[in-house]
Amino acid sequence: MDVSYINPFVTATIECFQTMLSIKTEPMAPQLKKEPYPAYDISGVIGLSGEAQGSISLSFPNDVAIKFVGKMLGVQVSEKSPDLIDAIGEFANIIAGNAKKDLSKFNLSISLPNVIIGKAHVLAGQSGASTIVVPFTSMFGIFAMEVSLKTK
Amino acid sequence: MKVLLVDDSVTMRRIQKTQIQGLGINDIVEAGDGEEAYRKLQENMPIDLIMLDWNMPVMDGLTFLKKVRADNSFKNVKVIMCTSESEKTRVVEALKSGANNYLVKPFTPDALKEKLGI
Ligand SMILES: [Mg+2]
Repeated sequence: MDVSYINPFVTATIECFQTMLSIKTEPMAPQLKKEPYPAYDISGVIGLSGEAQGSISLSFPNDVAIKFVGKMLGVQVSEKSPDLIDAIGEFANIIAGNAKKDLSKFNLSISLPNVIIGKAHVLAGQSGASTIVVPFTSMFGIFAMEVSLKTK
Repeated sequence: MKVLLVDDSVTMRRIQKTQIQGLGINDIVEAGDGEEAYRKLQENMPIDLIMLDWNMPVMDGLTFLKKVRADNSFKNVKVIMCTSESEKTRVVEALKSGANNYLVKPFTPDALKEKLGI
């Protein structure tokens, strides 16, 4: 996977939270995910298909997810609540949709969001493709965005 | 003015509903997919405006839009496509299929206000 393909997703992540929550999120250095290692507690995943295949996911520790979604909705949400799950999936949906306009050569379609919950679950990338992880910092804590894209 | 708000995400619907209400529009009907939206549209006419998500289960927004535009009794209903996907090909496809306007998610209350012309 060409490392530059991560950039539209990083930009879309920053813009998503700036517009929806009015908060600043800062990307740290992208890392190549060498072997499967655990994500945080709740992850929103969107599949990408077309001239390239893969996925993009956003993974949050529970307390961070609760703060993000609480800020967006203006009400307290609890761990594993339907609102929390829905919102984390929708964040991933919005980021994937916004990013793909800058990858139009792949003519990508995005899947419906899937949300995975559980301590230390492992997100497996597209087989045969590398996965790039970008940790983010914010006033509410850390989270991670990862992209796996297999191009021809 | 009566609005049909269609999005599979409950939290997105809640946010958009608050935005619409902020513009003084309180007559809002909601649906979570295209099939439910078609039923709600038939039951709640006259609807003035549909705010329509694209990526939804059961029946997606574009399929719903084409179905609405195939029925003459809904010809006065305005449709704003509200989606995270902003490629030109997407916008063109939506407009060609009968959408009146296109709004890229996430949007601010001001952007919505501008598209509604109020
Ligand atoms: Mg949707």
